Amino acid sequence: MLKLDRVSKVYRVGSFGGEQLRAVGDVSFEVRPGQVVSLIGESGSGKSTIGKMVLRTSRITSGTISFDGADISRYRRTGELKEYYRRVQGVFQDPFSSYNPVFKADRVFEMIRTEYFAAVPAAEWRAKLDAALRTVRLDPAQVLGKYPHQLSGGQLQRLLIARALLLDIELLVADEIISMLDASTRIDVLNLLADLKERGLGILFITHDLSLGNYVSDQTVILRGGSVVERGATRRVFANPLHPYTRRLLSSVPQLHKTWAEVDAELRARDAGAERRCAYHERLPDGGPDPLAAVDEDHHVACFALDGAPCPDAARTPVG
Amino acid sequence: MSLKVRDLRVYYRTLAGDVKALDGADFELADGEITGLVGESGSGKSTLGKSLIKLDGRMRYVSGTVELDGAELPVRDSARMNDFRFREVSLIPQYAMSAMNPTRKVGRMIADLLESRGERFRALRPELVRRLELVGLGEQVLGRYPIELSGGMKQRTVMVLSTLLDPSLLIADEVTSALDVSNQRAVAETLAGFRDRGFVKSMIFVTHDVALVNQIADTITVMYAGRLAEKGPAKTVVNSPRHPYTRMLISALPEVGVSHGERRLSGIPGSPPALLDPPAGCRFRDRCPLAFDKCEQEPPFAEVEPDHSVACWKA
Ligand SMILES: Nc1ncnc2c1ncn2[C@@H]1O[C@H](COP(=O)(O)OP(=O)(O)OP(=O)(O)O)[C@@H](O)[C@H]1O
Ligand SMILES: Nc1ncnc2c1ncn2[C@@H]1O[C@H](COP(=O)(O)OP(=O)(O)OP(=O)(O)O)[C@@H](O)[C@H]1O
Ligand code: SF4
Ligand SMILES: [Mg+2]
Ligand SMILES: [Mg+2]
Repeated sequence: MLKLDRVSKVYRVGSFGGEQLRAVGDVSFEVRPGQVVSLIGESGSGKSTIGKMVLRTSRITSGTISFDGADISRYRRTGELKEYYRRVQGVFQDPFSSYNPVFKADRVFEMIRTEYFAAVPAAEWRAKLDAALRTVRLDPAQVLGKYPHQLSGGQLQRLLIARALLLDIELLVADEIISMLDASTRIDVLNLLADLKERGLGILFITHDLSLGNYVSDQTVILRGGSVVERGATRRVFANPLHPYTRRLLSSVPQLHKTWAEVDAELRARDAGAERRCAYHERLPDGGPDPLAAVDEDHHVACFALDGAPCPDAARTPVG
Repeated sequence: MSLKVRDLRVYYRTLAGDVKALDGADFELADGEITGLVGESGSGKSTLGKSLIKLDGRMRYVSGTVELDGAELPVRDSARMNDFRFREVSLIPQYAMSAMNPTRKVGRMIADLLESRGERFRALRPELVRRLELVGLGEQVLGRYPIELSGGMKQRTVMVLSTLLDPSLLIADEVTSALDVSNQRAVAETLAGFRDRGFVKSMIFVTHDVALVNQIADTITVMYAGRLAEKGPAKTVVNSPRHPYTRMLISALPEVGVSHGERRLSGIPGSPPALLDPPAGCRFRDRCPLAFDKCEQEPPFAEVEPDHSVACWKA
């Protein structure tokens, strides 16, 4: 459904835009219907930039993003873009910033109505709205007609998801939608995403929290400095992380029933004796055009050397 | 015993009436104890922290006493608290990182702060640099502007500064929430290291993240709707919580290795009561699966075993 093929983004920064910042480099992955793909990485790793390119609010520098086979950067006429947004929507980190405090919260639905459902009679619209609210487990009587400050962060976030659902979307870009919420509300929103996925929705789930990503996703993409270091079935990436960066990230995740020291010791024990060679160059001694090598079915890894350092396991430093 | 809090009540004055955000806290911290203070958003965690440092203009002291290292801490009297703030009790406020003045170099800002407290920057500078190096920052951060530092670097700078005068009690309010996992771990381990080195004697570590605080805390304190629900050794609270709210909170946490396909976690239905006019009796009653008629009376926060207290009739 959604396919990123060697997508890069370069920002111009500095006083006169004289410097270039490569926020995303050579990223490829896919989201299929009914699949949750989590995009995991530290702050500044390029997660939101990828989300914005998918939503067409940020231009792609090179590579292509296609939706059902069509290159999304080709949409020119407003009708085409409007049709794209009927099928693809985004929800972002801070629910409060999507609302204007002087207007009632349900004003966010009115905009969708005038844009897409102008011809729909009032009663039918109301029924549609009620159904969308119930899907996100909100009681219409409790949330409609309220001002943003009268609702909790979790309620506001769910209203935004309901708004996306009104459009019968096929793909949802969810950028850190959970991090503002507290533990007890988080799990509700996560379960909601899991239910939507069961109904066939594809979700690009952006987060820096690995346990949240692990809970909902089928596929995991680990980003570092704009590039994918490891990608594949969530089960494989979490059970058998190969890239040193993925391993470091996983060992920092606080676990309820294990201390960091215990996790470190386990990792050391697992690695004892075995010299860890670069899995990428083990497969492709001479490198190749693709920055990732397949190490298993549905499990891909990048070269272990980071930040452009030469890889000791490379037979020849790849050109370019 | 380094900290002793008795029946502390602090409300917010609003046009509609008092918001009972901290409504009777009773707890103690032992020498060297780090307690993790957890609870839903709005449960009063920051209010408790602020009450031990400085009541802002909208906060009203209602009742209670606080004792620090055997001496009374005059929390109700902001002027008298001046002698204690920063020297004896220090707070890293929620959003401290974003509150840094962007036009001042870090070193200049620290000098201003110390001098406003009657301390001499020059005399303290060597110790400051030593501690910055201890947390992996060089002396050069003093010459940088806040915008030139990453979130994790800013947070570590604030931590070093807040503990420079070796306060007895440190309150760290959501210092890791805005950071990614690697920085969260570094910051949490640094704070525990401060305690080990004696820079601070005891600590209240406020957070939403039970799994994180469990990594460094000796005890966990759970707040619900302005009151303490449970306090006990971290292992006990995580493995065998006694308050129904704590139990639901712990079981709502996704862990690495848990996926919804295998084990679907459940949240806590309902929402906490408004603190403007909270219902009488147990404040968790509306959401509690175990509630019975006695819960219309307020359960006392009582010891169920040594060092483990719970406010629930069924505990
Ligand atoms: N509009 C912009 N102009 C210039 N640089 C930008 C812009 N937006 C983002 N960047 C830079 O691109 C890089 C990637 O940023 P991005 O927001 O995608 O990261 P992220 O992974 O979403 O981080 P976070 O977890 O903090 O949200 C960062 O170095 C950031 O400073
Ligand atoms: N200035 C204020 N005036 C009135 N009510 C306030 C004020 N500040 C906080 N409150 C209320 O007091 C209660 C406790 O707030 P507090 O900030 O202590 O919660 P918290 O547990 O720190 O939450 P969070 O996890 O979101 O930081 C909340 O119900 C809040 O709405
Ligand atoms: S006192 Fe009653 S309502 Fe409150 S937590 Fe215990 S059983 Fe539940
Ligand atoms: Mg982002
Ligand atoms: Mg707070």
